[in-house]
Amino acid sequence: MDPQTLIAMRIAQELKPGMLVNLGIGIPTLVANYVPAGMRIYFQSENGLIGTGPIPEEGMREALLTDAAGMPVSALPGACTFDSAMSFGLIRGGHLDVTVLGGLQLDERGQLANWTIPGKMVPGMGGAMDLVTGAKRVIVAMQHSAKGASKIVKQLTLPPTSSRTVHLVVTELAVIAFEDGVATLRETAPGVSVQQVLAATDAALTVPGEVPQMHIEGADS
Amino acid sequence: MKTISLEQAVELIPDGASVMVGGFMGVGTPECLMDELVRQGRRGLTVIGNDTARPGRGIGKLVASGVASRAIVSHIGLNPETQKKMISGEMEVELVPQGTLIERIRAGGFGLGGVLTPTGVGTTVEEGKRKIEVDGAEYLLETALTADFALVEAFLSDYYGNLTYALTGRNFNPVIAMAARTVIVNAAHIVPVGMIAPDHVVTPAVLVDYVVAHQ
Repeated sequence: MDPQTLIAMRIAQELKPGMLVNLGIGIPTLVANYVPAGMRIYFQSENGLIGTGPIPEEGMREALLTDAAGMPVSALPGACTFDSAMSFGLIRGGHLDVTVLGGLQLDERGQLANWTIPGKMVPGMGGAMDLVTGAKRVIVAMQHSAKGASKIVKQLTLPPTSSRTVHLVVTELAVIAFEDGVATLRETAPGVSVQQVLAATDAALTVPGEVPQMHIEGADS
Repeated sequence: MKTISLEQAVELIPDGASVMVGGFMGVGTPECLMDELVRQGRRGLTVIGNDTARPGRGIGKLVASGVASRAIVSHIGLNPETQKKMISGEMEVELVPQGTLIERIRAGGFGLGGVLTPTGVGTTVEEGKRKIEVDGAEYLLETALTADFALVEAFLSDYYGNLTYALTGRNFNPVIAMAARTVIVNAAHIVPVGMIAPDHVVTPAVLVDYVVAHQ
């Protein structure tokens, strides 16, 4: 199983019926594919839609029904649309249950950097700062390392997205929770040992007496 | 509300004006007005909108042709031309968190001096801004934004200028229609008065100065 699928499948388990959820671009978008059939989750696109559905069939694409990247989507039964002030009122006002975002770096308290690499990548923060500041629960979906270096670090070297810390990160190696400024190893990926996670992580991790493995259908343990 | 030709509508916008433009990644952007601004060779516009779309689309057209010299937006990541012009200094770009940008525009249109938002606290966004504590929580004072013109894309306009929007084409449009001194609407369809039920009007006609149908 590729790392992205594993991460998306594990994060899908965090979603509960009736939740309002915003998925970022990249791995987070894949999460919608692994919600159990029949479970009603309200996916928000910050361009002004609750009830975002799959990419429509060729020939059924509507130019005025798109996701936040401007790509065609469908709308599920019960969907609604609204303006950007309402959309960010939902996000900032504490009405959004979960946001899933990509990450460039996380420090050991759970502070996230995910919007710029000064001098290299300056795309603008878009909605990322509002999402991390306002969502009830912030989950980061990212690979554990980039170019051999841990992305979970002692201290951020990149500009933070918010002063608020995130709640959970899921990587292809582990599930790590951030509570009261401490990073705790909650689960390891199938076939991955606690030692392997510790060796791949720069930040200090608290390791409870028992660390279960992720339950992922179809993954080798 | 007055009816006007596309050319005349765009002639109202002088070089150096500030314009708010509806749309999100070019979806719900008044493309006829964009094309006409480019055709008339306008220069030095300050463009306020969600993003600079992609090359060849929406606000992207104003970037590529040199109509826009300054942009106040939340995202330029999908338009390499904006990034190039920002780095070369050809264009000035102010990046604002999306929720803060729309709230600053809303504040402008609603007669407020600004808003207090937690977004941006502890980041580079707070540089040069007043931080205000309310009930133990920190907020940034983000000041209101208004503009000379709002360029709005509507789905329906009746003969009076009452507007509705379609699906995700709504985005910034009804908010900018409140925040500019002159509001120019590009409507996909013009319909008789009464076709839009009072309950369904999103932007009241009194806010609209000019309507131009899609060409």
